[in-house]
Amino acid sequence: MTKLKLDKVTLEFFPRTGAPVLALDDVSLEVAEQEFAVIVGPSGCGKSSLLRLVAGLVEPTRGEITLDGTPVTRPGKDRGMVFQSYTLFPWLNVRDNVEFGLRIGGVPAEKRKHISDHFIKEVGLEGFESAYPKQLSGGMMQRVALARALANDPEVLLMDEPFGALDSQTRSLMQELLLQIWEHSQKTVLFITHDIDEAILLGDRVHVMTARPGRIKERVEIDLKRPRHVDLLTSPEFIALKRRIMGLIHDEAVRAMR
Amino acid sequence: MPRSSFEAYAAPKKEIPRSVYLTVSATVAISILLMWCVLSYGGFVRSDFLPTPVEVLYAGLDGIQDGSLAVNTAASVGEIMSGFIIASILAVPLGILMGSFKIAEAAIEPVTNFIRYLPVSALIPLLILWVGIGIEEKVTVIFIGTLFQQLILVADVSRNVPSDLLDVSYTLGANRRTVVTRVLIPATLPGVVDTLRVTLGWAWTYLVIAEFVAANKGLGYFILNSERGLFTDRIFLGIAVIGLLGLITDQLFKLLRDWLLPWATEG
Repeated sequence: MTKLKLDKVTLEFFPRTGAPVLALDDVSLEVAEQEFAVIVGPSGCGKSSLLRLVAGLVEPTRGEITLDGTPVTRPGKDRGMVFQSYTLFPWLNVRDNVEFGLRIGGVPAEKRKHISDHFIKEVGLEGFESAYPKQLSGGMMQRVALARALANDPEVLLMDEPFGALDSQTRSLMQELLLQIWEHSQKTVLFITHDIDEAILLGDRVHVMTARPGRIKERVEIDLKRPRHVDLLTSPEFIALKRRIMGLIHDEAVRAMR
Repeated sequence: MPRSSFEAYAAPKKEIPRSVYLTVSATVAISILLMWCVLSYGGFVRSDFLPTPVEVLYAGLDGIQDGSLAVNTAASVGEIMSGFIIASILAVPLGILMGSFKIAEAAIEPVTNFIRYLPVSALIPLLILWVGIGIEEKVTVIFIGTLFQQLILVADVSRNVPSDLLDVSYTLGANRRTVVTRVLIPATLPGVVDTLRVTLGWAWTYLVIAEFVAANKGLGYFILNSERGLFTDRIFLGIAVIGLLGLITDQLFKLLRDWLLPWATEG
């Protein structure tokens, strides 16, 4: 069953000076209920713009985006988002950050605490409830950001290279944590990355994008069995998939460099 | 690890022991005081030009006894606070609007930039003509002098709030109003407090200039009046009091920031 649908979405930017920039060209995409969809592409291919469109932070020039059949016109808590940059509210402690969406949504204190307790535990940050963001490491901040998005119980979780700024050890721990949480929650996820390993490890399906203007070049089904772990990275099936996607991306990266 | 302590202290951006830090600070301060003593007591500079530290202390005691110090300090502090507070009440909200809403920027920024580059001292004759030479004139000078600087600085603070911070709030279900009141404004607070701290220091400059031009009380008046009688010790006293008041207000702002915004303190 289709959860999220992008129908011939085109996005053009009109800079104050110079010609219009075609960021996304006729992108169509379907994400099924409870699917973990990954978009992978070279830098500058407009994959972040695509996510911002789904979030409703940007309006498409043409085309339509629907969530459960309803057109997306503005941001809403049905589409929670985790950014690559650290976006915790520095003046709120971990608990208040996680409860931010619930608080502005008018959820009573007792229920808020119940929910934040659950998600703080889920991301392994028990004991840090009253810590402020400046006291946390990058990985911990992204875990809080994830908990904050999940606490709102969104229909779709949008993730824009959420682990891109982390060191590689922390990143693989975060990937395992995310897999674990996703298996519990069975949320529909749309995940953006330029990291092919990450794309294959996490995704049910990987959409490979072309260099600017961004188009969907190919969809790759990732039929690796779940639950998955990081040790999968060295298996032959994984490497075969990686070789295939690398080939697709490489051509695009070369094209983008020109 | 560097072998000698000298090597350790010469490394850029490295911490040094607190004791070393304090020793260096105290040594420099005491050296300046000593230099002053040598020049004045040693008779190298005529006492008309450079009073001895003790003479300045006595001038201070005299000023306290005859009440002139209190009267002039109170006048200056009253003027500076009035002008500064009125300017801040306007500049903080307008600056935040200017940095975050293009329409507000279009309305306020061009005018502000024009006035900002006018030295407020150039306006003093005009202001005397318009509002006279009373307290209103000093308050107006400080108001104009600080308002436009504050506007630009606060606008920058608000402009530098990461847009991802606002965007993530929208995806958490916030509407525009909530984003402004619960995200944008809190995010600007540390920068706003820093701006106020810096501009209050500048306000002293405008005040003293205003008092030099036309005043019958205030620390600037006190200094100028002392110069007319060649009371160099009283000139020093006036300068020292202004310096001290500046130091106190600066520290108060620092405490206020640490107390109100502990989440924004470094380290």
